Amino acid sequence: MEFETVIGLEIHAQMKTNSKIFCSCTTAFGNPPNTNTCPICLGMPGVLPVLNKEVVESAIALGLATNCQITQWNQFARKNYFYPDLPKGYQISQFDLPICEHGHVNITSGGNERRIGITRIHMEEDAGKLVHDDREPKSYVDLNRAGTPLLEIVSEPDIRSPEEAAAYLRKLHAVVTYLDICDGNMQEGSFRCDANISLRPVGQKELGTRTELKNMNSFRNVQKALEFEIRRQRDLLLDGEAVIQQTLLWDPDRQVTSAMRGKEEAHDYRYFPDPDLVPVVIDDAWIARVRQNLPELPDAKLARFINELGLGEEEASILTSERPLADYFEAALAHYPNGKKLGNWILTELMRELKGAEGMDIATFPVQPVELARLMGMIDKGTISGKIAKTVFEEMIRSGKDADTIVKEKNLVQNSDAGEILQLVQDILVNNPEQVADFKGGKTKLMGFFVGQLMKVSKGKANPQMANELFSQELNK
Amino acid sequence: MDVTALTIHAAKDALARGEMTSVELTQEVLDRIDTVEPAVNAFITRTSEGALAQAAQADAMRSRGAGGPLCGIPLGIKDVICTKGVRTTAGSKILENFIPPYDATVMDKLHSQGAVCVGKLSMDEFAMGSGNENCAFGTPHNPWNLDYICGGSSGGSAASVAAGECLASLGSDTGGSIRQPASHCGVVGIKPTYGRVSRFGLLAFASSLDQIGPLTRDVTDAALMLNGLGGHDPRDSTSARAAHEDYTEGLIAGMKGLTIGIPAEYFAAGLSPEVEKVIRHGIAVLQDAGAEVKEVSLPHTEYGVAAYYIIAPAEASSNLARYDGVRYTHRDMNADSLIDLYRCSRSQGFGDEVKRRILLGTYALSSGYYDAYYKKASQVRTLIIEDYKNVFKECDVLVSPVTPTPAWKIGEKSSDPLSVYLSDALTIPANLAGVPGMSVPCGFSESGLPIGMQLQAPHFAEKILLQAGLNLEQGLGIQGKQPALS
Repeated sequence: MEFETVIGLEIHAQMKTNSKIFCSCTTAFGNPPNTNTCPICLGMPGVLPVLNKEVVESAIALGLATNCQITQWNQFARKNYFYPDLPKGYQISQFDLPICEHGHVNITSGGNERRIGITRIHMEEDAGKLVHDDREPKSYVDLNRAGTPLLEIVSEPDIRSPEEAAAYLRKLHAVVTYLDICDGNMQEGSFRCDANISLRPVGQKELGTRTELKNMNSFRNVQKALEFEIRRQRDLLLDGEAVIQQTLLWDPDRQVTSAMRGKEEAHDYRYFPDPDLVPVVIDDAWIARVRQNLPELPDAKLARFINELGLGEEEASILTSERPLADYFEAALAHYPNGKKLGNWILTELMRELKGAEGMDIATFPVQPVELARLMGMIDKGTISGKIAKTVFEEMIRSGKDADTIVKEKNLVQNSDAGEILQLVQDILVNNPEQVADFKGGKTKLMGFFVGQLMKVSKGKANPQMANELFSQELNK
Repeated sequence: MDVTALTIHAAKDALARGEMTSVELTQEVLDRIDTVEPAVNAFITRTSEGALAQAAQADAMRSRGAGGPLCGIPLGIKDVICTKGVRTTAGSKILENFIPPYDATVMDKLHSQGAVCVGKLSMDEFAMGSGNENCAFGTPHNPWNLDYICGGSSGGSAASVAAGECLASLGSDTGGSIRQPASHCGVVGIKPTYGRVSRFGLLAFASSLDQIGPLTRDVTDAALMLNGLGGHDPRDSTSARAAHEDYTEGLIAGMKGLTIGIPAEYFAAGLSPEVEKVIRHGIAVLQDAGAEVKEVSLPHTEYGVAAYYIIAPAEASSNLARYDGVRYTHRDMNADSLIDLYRCSRSQGFGDEVKRRILLGTYALSSGYYDAYYKKASQVRTLIIEDYKNVFKECDVLVSPVTPTPAWKIGEKSSDPLSVYLSDALTIPANLAGVPGMSVPCGFSESGLPIGMQLQAPHFAEKILLQAGLNLEQGLGIQGKQPALS
C-alpha cells in the first residue's frame, strides 16, 4: 500500500529583544542560573506583567513577511499547567486571537515550488529550564529563560516529505534572521521546532493518527527524525497495527524516537483571557510603519540576484539562504562589480574554508568583505593569478593580513613580462623535445603539461593566459 | 492625647502646629494596640519598631518642609499588600514565611509621603470571605461587640480603625471586601474605580475585580487617603490614565443639583427591616441637604452573585497556581514526587474556603464547560455594566444598603458558605462593573451594631461619592461615636 505523509510544523522563535516580554530583565544567554531574573519573571506574589512593545513589532514584521493577516484586536490568554520551570503556574500566551493568521511561504524542494500555509503566529513567554543532577535525585530550576519572548509559528499540515519540512524550516529561519528578530541559533534553542506527522493511504482524505516529535535541534535532525518516524508509522500500518497518538522525543545519538515520559499527557490548559493585560490594538498606521521598515526579504533578494546579477538559481538560493552570508556577499559586492565571479568564489573557496574550520561562521569570518573584494580585483587586474589568489586567501584567513601585504611579503606578484616568459617557454620546449614532437603529432592535450612545467619553474607566478598564448605561438612556428 | 477618635486631618493639623510629633502620635497608637489587641486581634504582624523609626523619619521630613499630607500618620496595611522586608501572608499558612523583597506601588506612595506603617492587618485567606473567619492566624472581633464578626475580607482593616489601633488603613475589595467590613465596623470605606489605584504588589485574588482602597474614620480622611493612593502606574497595565484629581478640593455641604437613585433591586426581599430603616433615614438626610431622590432599576442585579462566583474563582484558580511549594511558599518536605509536592504543599497550605474556590474556578474553566460558565458569566457582566450605564443617565449617585443584615455572630455561618456568598449581593455588582463604591456609617441596629450606607457612582466619579458621603456624615451627626472598648 502506498502512503502519503502529512506534516505540520510548530516553530518557536526566540525574539532578539533586549528585555523579556513582560519585565525589564535581560534576555542574554549563558549567564549564571537565576541571575537574569526579577520578582516579575520569578512569578512572585502580587507582581504584574507589562508588555514589551518590541515583541509586538517583531510579530507584525514576521506576519507581513509571511503574508499573514494582522489581527487588529489582540488579547493575551493564560495557559494553565503546573511545572517547576513555569513560575506562575500559567504561561502567558495567545489563544483565540493570535496576532497573525492565514499566511503562507513558498518553498522549493526537489525542484518543485510549493506553497505551505501558515495557520497562525502568536506571542508568548518562554518557560525556564530544569537541570537534573546526575549523581543525586535532585533537580534545579533556572529561570533565566523564563519570560523570554517567543513567537510560535504554526504551519498548516501542507508538508508532504521530510525534505519539504527541512525546506520550510530553512525558509522560516531565513525570514526571521533577515528580519533580525531572532538569532536563529538552533543549538541554544532560540529557533526550535516540533513536528506533527501522520500517514494516510494515497487518495484518502481523512488524516491518519498523528504523533508529535520534539527535541530536534538542527535541520538535519528534523529531517532524520521525520524519516525515522515515517518508517516506524509505515511499518505499524503495514502490519495492521494502529499508530498511537503521543509525543515522541528524537534521540540524535541513537537515531530513534521514543515516547516522552515525565510530563503528563493530555492537559486541559484552561485557557482564559489574562485579566492583568489590556488588549493590544494594532491599527493600519502601525502596520504601515512596520511594513515600511521591513528589510529586503529572502525571496526578493533571490530574484534580484538572479535577474540583476546574473547568478544561477542554485548559487543565488545558497547565497540568500542566510542573512549573514547574503550580507557578506553584498558588502563585498559594493567594492567589486562582478557578482557572478564573487559569488562563485564565496560558494567554493570561502565555503570550503568555513566547513574546514571548527567553530567559524560567516559572522566571525576573519577576512572582511572589502578585503575579499580587493583580492578579487587583484586577479582581474592580473596582479596575481587565480591560483595564487587561493594561496593568498588561505594566508589571509590564517594571518589576518590583507592581500596586498601578503603578495608583497611573499613576492607573489604575477609575472606578465612577455620577454621573460618567452625565455622560459623556449627553455621548456628545448628541454622536452619528445613532448613537442607528440604535440605536433596531434596530442594537443600536452598543452597542460607545458603550462604545468612553466608554473613549476615560475613558482606559479607566470601569467597563465600569456603562457598559453606563448606556447601556442612557439609550438605552431 | 486621645488617638481613638483622631482623624488624619486633625492629626495633620496638630503635627503641623507642632502640638505633637509623629513619634509621640505613633507611640500613642502603639500603646493603644497593646491595650486592645488581645480583645480585637486585628493584626497578623505588628511592626512597632519599624513604625517608630518611620515616625522619626517623618518628623525629620516635616522639619525640613518635606513630606506629604499623610506624613507621620500611623496606618495599618491589609496583609495582602506587599511590604518590603515585612512578612506578607494574605492570611494564609502557605505564605506564613513570605517576606517580599519589594513594596507594592501603594506602599511606595505612602513611604514617599512619610506615612507610618504600624503593622499588617488580618484578613480572610487570600481575601476570600465575608467575616474574616477564614484566616490562618485567627479571627478579629468586632470592636462594637466582640462576639460578632467585623466583616471581611478586610476585617482587620476595619476593626483596627474602629478600635483606634491606627488612624486609617488600606484594604482591598474584590466583591465588597472594603465596604462590607467598613459597614459592620462603623468606618468609612472606599472601593475606587477599577484602575484608579495600582494593583502592583497586591496579591491577586481576582485580577479583573480587585482594587485597593482606604478605610478611615471620616469622609475627609477618605479623600486624603485617596489622594495619596491613586494615579497611573506604568507597572500595572490595567491602571487608568484618567487624570488623578485632588479629592479634598471642592467637597461642599449641600446636595443641590444632584440626583440620588434608589435601586429597587437593593431593597428586595431578604433586606432586614432594621437595615432598611437606617438607610431610609439616611436618604431623608441627603434629601434634606437638597438632593433629588429617584427610584431607579438595575435589572440584572440578581445575577451578580452567580456571575461573580464563576469569574472570581476562575481567576483565583489561576492566580493562586504560583503558590506551588517550589519557591517561597510552604513546602511538604516529605513529598517524594513532583505531583506529591504540589498536592501535599497546597493541601496543607491552603484553607477550606480557598480550596473550595480553586475547585470552583478550575471546573468553570475546564474545556467543555468554559462556554457554559466563564463565557456566560462574562456576558452577564456586560449586562450589569449596561445597567450602570443606563442608570447613571437618570441619577448621579446610587444609594443603598451595603449588606442586607448587620454583622453576624462569629461562627454562626461557618457551616453555610452559600448564605455568606449571598450576603455580598449588594456589593458585588460594583466590582463586576468597575464603578466606585463607598460605605459611610449611617446608623446602628437595635443591638448597637453599626450599619453603613452604600454609595455608588459612575467610573472615576469618586468625588460625587465623597460629596454625598460628607453630606450624610454632617447631616447624621454620628461621626466620632466610639465603640465602648476599654
